[in-house]
Amino acid sequence: MLELKNITKTFNAGTVNEKIALNNINLTLEEGDFVTIIGGNGAGKSTMLNAIAGVWLPDHGSIVVDGVDITDMPEYKRAKFLGRVFQDPRMGTATDMWLEENLALAKRRGKSRTLRWAITRKERDEYRDMLKELDLGLEHRLTTKMGLFSGGQRQAVTLLMATMQKPKLLLLDEHTAALDPKTAAKVLELTDKFIKEGNLTALMVTHNMKDAIAHGNRLIMMNQGRIILDIKGEEKKNLTVEMLLEQFAKASGTEFMNDRALLG
Amino acid sequence: MDMLLSLLRSMPGAISLGLIWGIMAIGVYVTYKVLDIADLTVDGSICTGACVCAILATNGVNIWVAVLAAIVAGMLAGFITGIFHTVFGIPAILAGIITQLMLWSINLKILGKANVGISARTIKVIITQLKTSNAIMALIGFVTVVIILLYLFFGTELGCSLRATGCNLNMSHAQGINTKVNKILGLVISNGIVALSGALLAQYQGSADINMGRGAIVTGLAAVIIGEALCSHISINFGVRLAGVTAGGVVYYIVYQIIVWAGLDPELLKMFAALVVALFLAIPYLKSTYFSYTPQFKAERKMRKIQARLAKKEAQLAKKAAKKGGKA
Ligand SMILES: Nc1ncnc2c1ncn2[C@@H]1O[C@H](COP(=O)(O)OP(=O)(O)OP(=O)(O)O)[C@@H](O)[C@H]1O
Ligand SMILES: [Mg+2]
Repeated sequence: MLELKNITKTFNAGTVNEKIALNNINLTLEEGDFVTIIGGNGAGKSTMLNAIAGVWLPDHGSIVVDGVDITDMPEYKRAKFLGRVFQDPRMGTATDMWLEENLALAKRRGKSRTLRWAITRKERDEYRDMLKELDLGLEHRLTTKMGLFSGGQRQAVTLLMATMQKPKLLLLDEHTAALDPKTAAKVLELTDKFIKEGNLTALMVTHNMKDAIAHGNRLIMMNQGRIILDIKGEEKKNLTVEMLLEQFAKASGTEFMNDRALLG
Repeated sequence: MDMLLSLLRSMPGAISLGLIWGIMAIGVYVTYKVLDIADLTVDGSICTGACVCAILATNGVNIWVAVLAAIVAGMLAGFITGIFHTVFGIPAILAGIITQLMLWSINLKILGKANVGISARTIKVIITQLKTSNAIMALIGFVTVVIILLYLFFGTELGCSLRATGCNLNMSHAQGINTKVNKILGLVISNGIVALSGALLAQYQGSADINMGRGAIVTGLAAVIIGEALCSHISINFGVRLAGVTAGGVVYYIVYQIIVWAGLDPELLKMFAALVVALFLAIPYLKSTYFSYTPQFKAERKMRKIQARLAKKEAQLAKKAAKKGGKA
């Protein structure tokens, strides 16, 4: 489904600020894999997701999604294969546009945009039904500007937009980190639901070890631009926070220093 | 009384000019408000529209064809800026300035000299200041068509993706929108509209002049700002906003006439307009900084200043005392 081969990315190469953000990453996902990703600040989690999304090109290595080599495909073109939700709730939607307009934009992801009407009446009913499923009362607010919604509402809508056209791969980069615990739980619950119902393949970055353990069928841990742990199957099901910390110490040779991950 | 009559008599002319610049302001609105780009190409492309229209018309080409050609020329100008900006990565403002400078030479080449007259007596023009009431009707027609076309366009899939491009690049990329193409498209549309207003302006004034676009962006922005102020409380409908922008152009020229009538030096008008535009552009920043200080913060800041002054005084006194002590 997804194949990362020898992906390396160095920021500010040749300067004093040189930073190897990704160091020879190799990762293969099976169809339907739901992978949670953890790791300390600066471990390279976002960088890996951005490499897949095409925010910039890797220094070397290749990225293949479902048999299509997307290594040097521009970001807007590979969007056809990818659904994305960002950490910052402001990033995922056009805040000056209506809710229904945002949904209509997402509905046409990967299709050519023509001079046909942006939204048809039939679609509007569809959107209303989809929004009803979010259970946030948004189905009555189709013509409200996105900017007027709360962070949690926006993340839920972004999630809907990311999955409306079934993506080959769903990329979630700490999409609940900016939300209060209750809203975060709700968005996470929706995430699970969408992934299960759509039978999606997904990568989810989180800072919360408990969430990383409770969700998905596979867990990877990153440190200093490398994948240092990859836990799947039965082992993943029986995982606990203590075991994870122990494994981290063994794999990296250091203690896991991150309060957010422990307490979250 | 006579004075007042003369003011009233100048109103049709002011309204005509206001409508022409209102069309120009709609073009500015497309880049400045929808696409979030400050495009300075317009200073050149309004003149290009005038030049192309004037030269074709004086050479016997049908006036409607001449206007159409002017629009296409303006679109080309926008296209060039778009390429500079998206393909070569030049910041939008600089890309616009570069095209504007290029256009000065091109406009001069098109005209062949600094000024070409379009006599309404020999050429079948669409509008002329010799018949202002007809001109106003025709201009209202143009404004209506432009607004309707834009209103329809921004309701399409493509138009919506253009609005998204101006609003959130991240989201646009994630939704598979080619933002580079959209930016070029927006600049093309905007400068086409601006060139249309240039073509109309040349006919209205009876000539195309190499200097006629100087500072156009400021007039356009002024109209946009006035228009936003006029209808910000009425409606958020896009069509109404565009109509408001045109009305902004008319208000601008009526104020201009009143200033001239009141005996103020019209040569200073551009300066006042520029200052007013600067003020309005500054408002969001001022609001978010100086005017967002809480009363408590302000009071504390005052206290700190007073304390600092007192401390300084005390230090001075101490120094003086020490000197005196030294002498004694
Ligand atoms: N655009 C960039 N320019 C320069 N350095 C960058 C850039 N993006 C990321 N980095 C650096 O690359 C390293 C990895 O960053 P990344 O954002 O992938 O970490 P992360 O694992 O997502 O961390 P966090 O948990 O803080 O989000 C960091 O040291 C960061 O400073
Ligand atoms: Mg990150």
